[in-house]
Amino acid sequence: MSNLPVLIIMPLLLASFLAVLFGIWWPGWARFISIIGTGMALVASIVGLSKVLSTGEALHHYMGGWPPPIGVEYVLDHLSAFMVVIINLIGLIAVVYPPAPGLYEVPRKGIPTYALILLLLGGLNGTVLVGDLFTLYVFLAIYSVATYGLVSLGGDRAMVASLRYLILGTIAGGFYFLGVGFIYFTVGTLNMADAANLLPAFYDSPTIMAAVALIVVGMGVKLALFPLHVWLPDAHSYAPPVVAALLAAIQVKAAAYVIVRIMLTVFQPEYFTDTLPVTTVIVVASAGGIVFGSVMAIAQSDFKRMLAYSTVAQIGFVGLGIGLANPLALVGGLLHILNHAFMKSCLFLVAGGIKHQTGLQQIPRFAGLGRKMPLTMACFTVAALSMIGIPPTAGFFSKWYLVLGSIDAQNWAVVAVILLSSLLSAVYFFRAIEKIYTKSSEGEPAVEQANEPSARILMPIALLAGGIIILGLTNAFIVTQVLNPVAALLSP
Amino acid sequence: MTETYSSLTPLLAVMVPLAAVVLIIVSRQRPNLRESWTIMAALAQFALVASMMPSVLDGRSPETTLFTISPGIALALRVDWLGIMFGASASFLWILTSVYSIGYVRGVSEHKQTRYFGSFAVCLAATMGIAFSANLFTLVIFYEILSVATYPLVVHKETPEAVAGGRKYLVYALSAGVTLLLALALTYYESGSVEFVPGGILAGDVSNNTILMLFGLFLVSFGVKSAVMPLHSWLPTAMVAPTPVSALLHAVAVVKAGIFGLARAIGFIIGPLAMHQSGAMDILAGLAAATIVIASLIALRQDNLKARLAYSTVGHLSYIVLGMSILSVDAWTGGLMHMVNHAVMKITLFFCAGAIYVKVHLQNVSDLNGIGRQMPLTMGAFAVASLGLAGFPPIVGFISKWFLVSGTLETGQWVFAGAFLISGLLNAGYLFSIVVRAFFAPSDKPMKFAEASPLLVVPLIITAVLSVVLGLFQHQVPYFYQLASWVATSIGSGGGM
Amino acid sequence: MVEFDLSMSQYAYFMVVLLMAIGLYAMLTKRNLFKKLVGMVTFQTAIYIFFIQGAVRLKSSVPIIDEEIGMSAAQYVNPLPHLLILTAIVVGISTLGVAAAFLIVIHRRFKTLDDQAIMGLMKEPD
Repeated sequence: MSNLPVLIIMPLLLASFLAVLFGIWWPGWARFISIIGTGMALVASIVGLSKVLSTGEALHHYMGGWPPPIGVEYVLDHLSAFMVVIINLIGLIAVVYPPAPGLYEVPRKGIPTYALILLLLGGLNGTVLVGDLFTLYVFLAIYSVATYGLVSLGGDRAMVASLRYLILGTIAGGFYFLGVGFIYFTVGTLNMADAANLLPAFYDSPTIMAAVALIVVGMGVKLALFPLHVWLPDAHSYAPPVVAALLAAIQVKAAAYVIVRIMLTVFQPEYFTDTLPVTTVIVVASAGGIVFGSVMAIAQSDFKRMLAYSTVAQIGFVGLGIGLANPLALVGGLLHILNHAFMKSCLFLVAGGIKHQTGLQQIPRFAGLGRKMPLTMACFTVAALSMIGIPPTAGFFSKWYLVLGSIDAQNWAVVAVILLSSLLSAVYFFRAIEKIYTKSSEGEPAVEQANEPSARILMPIALLAGGIIILGLTNAFIVTQVLNPVAALLSP
Repeated sequence: MTETYSSLTPLLAVMVPLAAVVLIIVSRQRPNLRESWTIMAALAQFALVASMMPSVLDGRSPETTLFTISPGIALALRVDWLGIMFGASASFLWILTSVYSIGYVRGVSEHKQTRYFGSFAVCLAATMGIAFSANLFTLVIFYEILSVATYPLVVHKETPEAVAGGRKYLVYALSAGVTLLLALALTYYESGSVEFVPGGILAGDVSNNTILMLFGLFLVSFGVKSAVMPLHSWLPTAMVAPTPVSALLHAVAVVKAGIFGLARAIGFIIGPLAMHQSGAMDILAGLAAATIVIASLIALRQDNLKARLAYSTVGHLSYIVLGMSILSVDAWTGGLMHMVNHAVMKITLFFCAGAIYVKVHLQNVSDLNGIGRQMPLTMGAFAVASLGLAGFPPIVGFISKWFLVSGTLETGQWVFAGAFLISGLLNAGYLFSIVVRAFFAPSDKPMKFAEASPLLVVPLIITAVLSVVLGLFQHQVPYFYQLASWVATSIGSGGGM
Repeated sequence: MVEFDLSMSQYAYFMVVLLMAIGLYAMLTKRNLFKKLVGMVTFQTAIYIFFIQGAVRLKSSVPIIDEEIGMSAAQYVNPLPHLLILTAIVVGISTLGVAAAFLIVIHRRFKTLDDQAIMGLMKEPD
């Protein structure tokens, strides 16, 4: 029993409450409180990760002192520790990035933004940490509601996008909840570890099969797994840049985590690979998403919309990691959760920086920005190269493990898709790079008067860009220490 | 060559240009200081490479193992015979090119010179990384960095033509990049290792089909940079870049990185034995021989001087590829020597083309009538290098060709010997015609001008003299001949040659 | 172990499925955003009923231990699903609240709640 797992969640939920309370009278405090809260959560999650790494065992917390299966359990193991560190790291960077004027349509935007971001982070951490199927649904709902609110901060269009997302998200949540109900009424427990022990006796039951289908489809919608991605492009492109960064970087990944968690620890992986064709379906959907997302991204001229479609494609990589269901591919998929979190949040924050300095978001009008905002654009270039998969940036290494994994699975079609996606993403990113660096501004006043954003905007961007390279160089450490123990669950 | 010792020098040789990039950017407001960083970095890099030469000749490899880059694979640099051949020639020519570049970009008042010199330095760092990579993974990393760092130089002029050239270059280079990733993954999957071992790591336990597939992937990956037909067409297009870029990168560093990669793949990964058994070398030899002849024919018809030189490069790169695909010790020796020899000669020609462009803005062969009387030094150097490329003794090109041809005869492949000889004649045709025009044809319009600035002329004279000296004293200047033959012997020692 | 027998109360489950289908149909096909929300509530309610129905145990008592009834769990209704649904209702209400707030703002801005019409208006430049 350890208190660390809840110590990660509590500061966030508490700070979210305090940020509103104090923010009403002293708006400046909202940001301060948020940074403190997120910082504490980050410290707790890093301490948790190092404890898990040093002992090699999971930390458990029993809520209210009730041991499972009666009480609700929080588990910090390799996988969840990995996820909470990503979530809180990106979260901290997002709350440091100022909610600058021009980026939000709602006046006095700071306070709701901070409160909702903290709620989102709290929900995500809870989803990742909780060892109980129903409580997971509650955290899922918490972060979903926070997301709807955050997306709507982008203005009227964002509100429509958010409402559509809300409707689909509710269906997704309902499916998950129903699946949990099926499991509960079959085995009589909601605790994941307990269910894992009881479930194998019921693997032939159609109820359990239906439960798996419902949960995977529900999480597929939340993950925006092709063809269930329809809500994503609108929601991510109309949301404020910081919000889009958070959503693409960590929010959609939580659903991927839920699928991995349920596949590896609630069920036995063979049930998903051999008994039911779940992983096959995921592989096909992911490969389709990679091609579809990349092609659609090429067709966009709006910068954020291009990034949103690119997210659809990149989620396919995570899906491939899950679907190929061999250790190498799973390592690749999980590593891509981390890498993509850095790359995509960096790109969205760059989009925010450009929007803030020039008001522009159409790529064809970016001509000449390379001279006006050299540092921002350098960070953009690093992130773009990483998305394409140029070593030694992080993006190359997730592709490397995924290619190894798909060769291991003898799935050459997937190999081809992965390689093709590199070229397709090169098309849309180099189109932007070419515009930015090799064209002159042609008298575009917004570009002519542009200059580098302030340090408060630039620092988070630069940190993420630097992180992309550092992650690339240190990936072996992450893989051997953190991800290999997770992948080992695939072959017990 | 089995002995290795731990040393930081290889790492420093790679890092020096990167440090220079930082300094170049910091001192962007002060051109003289900025350029002195470039020159100092070039000198320092060559000094570091040269300092490793004695121990490498002794058979002891300096090695830097940095850290694990992927479980079981280290990011490591090791300077072996093959590596130092490439590293030494590239870093030496960088010194000359740096001096030349300064004269060139100031002579034609290029814009964005900071970006230009910065990218150039990154390219050299990457080239050195490729030369000294201890395993395929490390090589791939530097190879991709080189691919990307060349892009700003290709589009440097920012004209629509340059941007189009850049796009074409990217399509080729990035496609090669993804096949390289697959080749790397497949190698690792099949053999569990990516170390470079003379004679290869795949022989014996891998099926012929896999070998052929791997070879095909390597061929596409490295063949793009080494411009083997039909993967060559980016190279003439990329000639829109400023001439020093064409000179160092598109005649020495980038294209030779492709050749070097192919040598590593054939000699140190697949291995001659497996190549021999799978029949892969026949494919390669056929492609290379066809490239040699066709490229020479195309070169004859080019009026743009740089385009002509580009096609000449395409042809000469395939000399080396053909040499490697013949799988005899002599042919390998000749091919590897040609890697260095061609660099020295071709860079001379590009330097001359650049000097003419800076001085009188002439780019077409047909405009060069009588120019030799105005710029005798430049055109003299041009004549020397042309003779060498055509294979006349005593210039250095003759020696590598001698080994190449004797390799083909040794294995009884008369067709390929024929390809070399035909190409020699064609070389004489498309290069000599320029020399003849320059010195003997009456000029179309009155010409009155002198040599270009010494910053441009001195480097090209040095390389021209060098190509004679290396030719005369190939055995006395022991390094390259010895190194090449040692490499060839070590690769062949496992059989297959 | 809780019994879960479809045949025991097929009638109730039939109604659950029907409600769920109605809800999904409305959410996915109705053009009016308000009707979509009505569908959403129907869908959620169907899930609530499903859980409550699963907890039903005929001829059993409220889950408060009574010495007359005894200590056997089979004699009491399963309290846990009720608890879950109480929480789920809270979640559902908060989602609905957010959605209703959006509806108001959207109606103010676009003067319509028709999905297709709004899509058309969104494509227009500002």
